[in-house]
Amino acid sequence: MTVVVSGDVTVQGEPLIELVGVTREFKTPGGAIKAVERVSLALGQSEAMCLVGESGCGKTTTGRLLAGLIRPTSGQLLFEGKDVWKAKGDELARFRRSVQLVHQDPYASLNPIRTVYQTLSAPLFRHHKARGRRAAVGVASELLQRVGLTPPADFLVKYPHQLSGGQRQRVSIARALSVDPRVIVADEAVSMVDVSIRISLLNLLLALRDEFRVTIVLITHDLAVARYFARRGRIGVMYLGRVVELGRSELVVGDPAHPYSAALVAAIPEADPTLTRSKERVELRSAEVPSLLRLPTGCAFHPRCPLFEEGLCDVKVPALLQIGEAREVACHVAVRERVPAAELLAAH
Amino acid sequence: MPRKGEGATEQLEADQVLSVRGLSIVYATRRGPVQAVRDVSFDLRRGETLAIIGESGSGKTTMAVSLVRLSPRTARITKGHILYRKGDETIDVASLGDSDLREFRWSECAMVFQAALNSFNPVISIWEQFLDTGRAHGMMRTDDVRTRSGELLSLVNLDPGRVLGAYPHELSGGMKQRVLIALSLLLKPPIIILDEPTTALDILTQRAIIDLLRRLREQLGFSMIFISHDLSLAAELADRVITMYAGTVVERANVKDLFYRPRHPYSMGLLRAVPRVTGALGSVASIAGSPPDLIHLPEGCTYNPRCPFVIDECKLREPDLLAVDMPQHDARCIRWKHVAEMIGTDEAAVAEKMAAKA
Repeated sequence: MTVVVSGDVTVQGEPLIELVGVTREFKTPGGAIKAVERVSLALGQSEAMCLVGESGCGKTTTGRLLAGLIRPTSGQLLFEGKDVWKAKGDELARFRRSVQLVHQDPYASLNPIRTVYQTLSAPLFRHHKARGRRAAVGVASELLQRVGLTPPADFLVKYPHQLSGGQRQRVSIARALSVDPRVIVADEAVSMVDVSIRISLLNLLLALRDEFRVTIVLITHDLAVARYFARRGRIGVMYLGRVVELGRSELVVGDPAHPYSAALVAAIPEADPTLTRSKERVELRSAEVPSLLRLPTGCAFHPRCPLFEEGLCDVKVPALLQIGEAREVACHVAVRERVPAAELLAAH
Repeated sequence: MPRKGEGATEQLEADQVLSVRGLSIVYATRRGPVQAVRDVSFDLRRGETLAIIGESGSGKTTMAVSLVRLSPRTARITKGHILYRKGDETIDVASLGDSDLREFRWSECAMVFQAALNSFNPVISIWEQFLDTGRAHGMMRTDDVRTRSGELLSLVNLDPGRVLGAYPHELSGGMKQRVLIALSLLLKPPIIILDEPTTALDILTQRAIIDLLRRLREQLGFSMIFISHDLSLAAELADRVITMYAGTVVERANVKDLFYRPRHPYSMGLLRAVPRVTGALGSVASIAGSPPDLIHLPEGCTYNPRCPFVIDECKLREPDLLAVDMPQHDARCIRWKHVAEMIGTDEAAVAEKMAAKA
């Protein structure tokens, strides 16, 4: 296992939760697709990590696999070193409590006919964290305080429609926290929230990580959000079901090693007119994203890749290999040349 | 209904294509009247790209939809004019009758709606969508529509042979957005309004759409208004930027002034709320609080409950748009000088400060 030391976050010893060579197939009318293929990810305690990629890259499926919501077609999900899908009874229940999901849409993920108190107290009773209404009100108030919804008494009696998007997402986070999780998987948790309050939600998640040593995996399509959230952690870039680059956030975003990551960083518009209008582009060979039903041979990125080498990239699937100190990349050319994609693209 | 021309109190200058003057729109709801748009004024000049930025509930979409008078029945224009210059004539869109309105839409001003996914009729082919639109707006010869749609699809980098026969569900999100842009150009309108043109598209597709809009604008010379919550889109494409908050314009400026020298605390707050991908991460922070209830607006400046610059006077009355220390730039804030002091006027100094802080 690779030990990644980054900033003040050190992932060492046994990982807390781990996907080992996980593949997940789905049957579709057009045939079977591999939404996720041979993905291995290991997360340590209180790590903040981001998975980024475009739609269809498998980031959400990876999140659901991590949360144990769907079973891998092959490969394993390990929690504290034990295979989750072989666990039963108490052990399985403990895993279910330990890993919580925060959904994208705060308008859909809360029951509209339940008050905040009802939403928060249900898991407390279910998992015997509180007995009786008075105790539940106490714990629920404490949870609301932790997610910055104060004074709690004002919020306990409210229904979701009386809350803003940001407040609802805070309630979702409070609900996830109610069972003292070890891991939170947040799938696009800030995408539907107004720009002006996104950062405060990300800060809340980071504060909870520091306070409770929770491991947080944030799934997002927004590289700027990923960079901010995982600034002291790692970013994994996915493309068509595979992790193509994984490493320290500043490296992946600041000096990407995979040509696909480089293309993303170059393409993203930024809130700075001079900067954004003078960004160097990475010209791809094709704009078309291949279908998961007919994945290209070899490296799935090869039909679009400016660094494509015939006889290599279209033949062999590149493994995720270490390059430099704190990252891995799945690219034949980058690994062979041992320099980041930006340099290779400039020389190209 | 009044005929065109009536209600236009003033004539527009030669290079003004659209001028919105003191527009107010109210929605009737069970809870009471919602003041969705309040006293909005701005000009659009020939060939200019104007970005209207703001968060959900800022009134930007209500305002944009009203420009082509497609607001829902519950919305009512209570005040103001939407002046449009056609040839030498000035028309008030707010007072157009049905048939003139139909001509105005699409031939003079086309609208590309948000959620490209739902803008098509799902059961007819792309060719039929073009044909329907052409017919509805007076292109009676099928051949004309065929030629024009072929040209336009090529212009947006699509293969007409492949796309025209396709149904909406067969196209990707990016392709649909391209088709919609092509469709909006069918009658060569001088103004195009786009509502969140890149929202919900992947990064590489967003980039392609931005580059496409930039190229089309250069080739065809139309004026463009786009509505977005995404500041980076404004940074990419806009010449001028308007910030909306709680239904009204709080700042109007040239793009570089707005991004480097904002004078309204809300614009400044928005800019600081967006993290960057390249360069220093800088200091990023959310704006405290949440937007006001449009039925019960706060006393005084609507931003005062969230504003770090607030003083007692801010709670007394809503300020006008005040000219600030830059040309063609105004802000609805009596404290703009304090905002200026905090930001500084020199672009390089700001960038340096940001870099030093990171």
